Amino acid sequence: MTTTERTERSVPKPVFTDAEAGAREFPDSSPAARRYNYFTPAKRKQTHYEDVTVEVQPDPRHYLAQGWIYGFANGEGGYPLHWTKLKAWGVDEPEPARGIGSGAMHVQNWPAHGWHEFRDPNEEWEQSLFRYNANVVRQLTQNVDNARNSKAFDQWTPNWIRFVERNVGAWMHIEHILGLYVFAANERSCPTNMHNTALAANSTRKIRFAQDLALYNLTLSEEIDAFDGAAHLDAWNNDAEWQGVRKVCEALTAVQDDWGEAIFAANVVFEPLLGELFRSNLVMQSAAGNGDYVTPTVMGAGEYDYAQRDLRWTISCFAPLTQDREFADHNKALFQQWLSHWVPQALDAARQLQPLWSQTDHKPPRFEDGLDHAKSRFAGILGDLGLDTPEELKQ
Amino acid sequence: MSRQSLAKAHQKIQELSWEPQYHEPYMKYGTDYTFRKAAKKDPLKQVLRSYFPMEEEKDHRVYGAQDGAIRGNMFRQVQERWLEWQKLFLSIIPLPEISAARSMPMLFHVVPNPELHNGQAIQMIDEVRHSTIQQNLKRLYMNNYIDPAGFNNSLRNFQTDYCGTIGRQFAEGFITGDAITAASIYLTIVAETAFTNTLFVAMPAEAAANGDYLLPTVFHSVQSDESRHISNGYATLLMALSDEDNRQLLERDLRYAWWNNHRVVDAAIGTFIEYGTKDRRKDRESYAEMWRRWIYDDYYRSYLIPLEKYGLTIPHDLVEESWKQIWEKGYVHEVAQFFATGWLANYWRIDGMTDEDFEWFEYKYPGWYDRYGKWWENYNRLATPNGHNAIVAEDVDYVYPHRCWTCMVPCLVREDMVMAEVDGQWRTYCHEVCRWTDAEAFRPVYQGRETPNMGKLVGHREWETLYHGWNWADVVTDMGFVRDDGKTMTAQPHLNLDPKKMWTLDHMRRMPPLQSPNVLLNEMTDTEREAFRADYVRQGPAGRPAPTD
Repeated sequence: MTTTERTERSVPKPVFTDAEAGAREFPDSSPAARRYNYFTPAKRKQTHYEDVTVEVQPDPRHYLAQGWIYGFANGEGGYPLHWTKLKAWGVDEPEPARGIGSGAMHVQNWPAHGWHEFRDPNEEWEQSLFRYNANVVRQLTQNVDNARNSKAFDQWTPNWIRFVERNVGAWMHIEHILGLYVFAANERSCPTNMHNTALAANSTRKIRFAQDLALYNLTLSEEIDAFDGAAHLDAWNNDAEWQGVRKVCEALTAVQDDWGEAIFAANVVFEPLLGELFRSNLVMQSAAGNGDYVTPTVMGAGEYDYAQRDLRWTISCFAPLTQDREFADHNKALFQQWLSHWVPQALDAARQLQPLWSQTDHKPPRFEDGLDHAKSRFAGILGDLGLDTPEELKQ
Repeated sequence: MSRQSLAKAHQKIQELSWEPQYHEPYMKYGTDYTFRKAAKKDPLKQVLRSYFPMEEEKDHRVYGAQDGAIRGNMFRQVQERWLEWQKLFLSIIPLPEISAARSMPMLFHVVPNPELHNGQAIQMIDEVRHSTIQQNLKRLYMNNYIDPAGFNNSLRNFQTDYCGTIGRQFAEGFITGDAITAASIYLTIVAETAFTNTLFVAMPAEAAANGDYLLPTVFHSVQSDESRHISNGYATLLMALSDEDNRQLLERDLRYAWWNNHRVVDAAIGTFIEYGTKDRRKDRESYAEMWRRWIYDDYYRSYLIPLEKYGLTIPHDLVEESWKQIWEKGYVHEVAQFFATGWLANYWRIDGMTDEDFEWFEYKYPGWYDRYGKWWENYNRLATPNGHNAIVAEDVDYVYPHRCWTCMVPCLVREDMVMAEVDGQWRTYCHEVCRWTDAEAFRPVYQGRETPNMGKLVGHREWETLYHGWNWADVVTDMGFVRDDGKTMTAQPHLNLDPKKMWTLDHMRRMPPLQSPNVLLNEMTDTEREAFRADYVRQGPAGRPAPTD
């Protein structure tokens, strides 16, 4: 055996620099200097969520001394506040007029306007977003795998198979359109990074739920001989019951240049009056009686998304506007106007869904009871927002 | 999920594609591009069922490493010279990331291909990840590094500081104007495909060499997402190429995007890598060598040139000119020298160069010492206050430069400076391509063709304008770059934290007032202005005054 002389490898050498916190005393070395100091937290202590979201996107009313540097063809840059008709206190105050020798003109009364007061109660940032959704998909996969292994789908009656392949299947399109073309599509338009992040997280959950339903549909196609994996397309495109919901859903994507209206109409009107009506008051109430314990776990994940996360941030976003110190009346009137526009459409679509309540062997609670339940839930949400129940709800 | 089941799952989710039946979605954002042919497949083939656990696992690795770094006292081995530059970098980068998230919906509105929207939505989520994970890394530095000043106020600072404004191009450029120009060509085709290689791969490697292994941990995790985004851009580009009418716009946008990325990213990252490191091994790659490998070979030769056969007009001349700027005209060195000249207007500490640094620069860039050596010796001589002014107000053979109206980096390669009257104002540009960008590309008509969706360059683009005639002490106070004793400056031209060696507002007070080059330019007569121009282009290198004949 021979040995060869090794030449010294060229690698960076570790050096002791003693550059850790507390190694020396100098101006700004104290623990008090170790916090982001350019914003006022919502509560006494600033949160981790605030640290990673607040002020990441600048505002000329805060510290943006040189102003926006790129604009659209009309010269507007950034995140114009008039991209919704809703108003938060301070928005009508003019931006600082900077110019030759003006200095930076930093904000003296941070946050300068009410939109910056919004904090997502879900405290969504990347870590919470991935943890939550990874847990959901893991649990769903386990539920479905377990059902497959125990041949649970063998218990399904032909009518229930038809119901799931057509109607549960049709719902995936709603979630997909809302996720991509309502929530994600409006993510560019909202005013602060906290709104933007909440909208992106909401969008993500919707898109995930749509895919959960699609992949569940794929599994059922593989597990149940009589299950037609393409039937959802026929139901979505042609079934009369679905055309009302589809019409409202598509209308949400067509809201003209108002992110506030699109999100309000989706999460405050559409979801309780149509989403929960279908998911909770029909599918989840029907499944057990029809021998299906799996579909409610898939639907339930989406239901939890809405009830515990999507609705929570929506109320935190819109409720302060009805109490706004400057524009409460303006906002309330606008919300009521939007309710008058969207509630009749949603109720009309709900009634078009009614035949679905008769399609399965084991019947769910009556449609009217389900709708009353949805209306009651909706009225409660309006109460949380500080809004009146619209006359149209009596229809 | 197995590869086979992933393919099947991806095929299944295509059934979600939506064709509107009752209402067409509102199209808020516009483009002058047209997409009439050849829809492309979603190149990402990402299904959220596998995506979320994958990202969660990546997170586990990142946050595990962060815990380990703290327990292992990483900051006892971190080079301060390096980490000080991170105060600038990490104050800027979360905004470009979240702007990329904001830009994706603009593509939903203009790219008529539902299959691609799936990939764009996943990119949107990725970008939220990147922005917040980077903001969190900065928080960790603030909590554990010896000097938190500059980290703790970073998001106020970068909105006020001229470096932050330069960096904001790499954010606002993604979300305004023509949606394809912004979110596809500028963001995905050039910024992500070409320049994230130096941003997120080359620079983290340098961080590791300086004792910081958290920057590579976070940014390599980010880069593993970026590689997927490249596919999004490529699919959109192929769709655009299949329509002949788009070729003129593609040529325009590639020229703008390439040049702007070169001007901005090479200025910043080149400086961090060359002047922020203590690793002076002769066999470690210089920025020029990295650029040649990552940008020239990997992007230009391997990605861009093959697209020529599809009809894309490649800006060969600008690629070669960029290389010439870096290799022959000392672009990165000129920028680093300017940063150091203006240390007092920033919010981090800039270490001087030592004999070991000089030797390395001379080895890597022959002739470096003759150009820049003397100036850096003066920088060291003037580093601690001793009765003299900051270097910007001392006679060190350096003429304070004018800024480029377009890229906002100063006109440092003096011979290339171009002056023009645009929109009723005299403006200086660092290069003819930057003049073209402002005066010709970002206009509602381009070469006789209506381009109503093209964006505009707006804002107070010269930082000095805001402080024209101000005393430097008031400038620094107004920006808020002062430590908690109320007088010591956040920025310093050295790394010594002995309060007696640190500059204070009192030292600034005795300096002459700050003057805006652009304000002065517009006050000149035509004759004076022409004389100024003729002198300026004879200045340099290293900011030296024009030779007297």
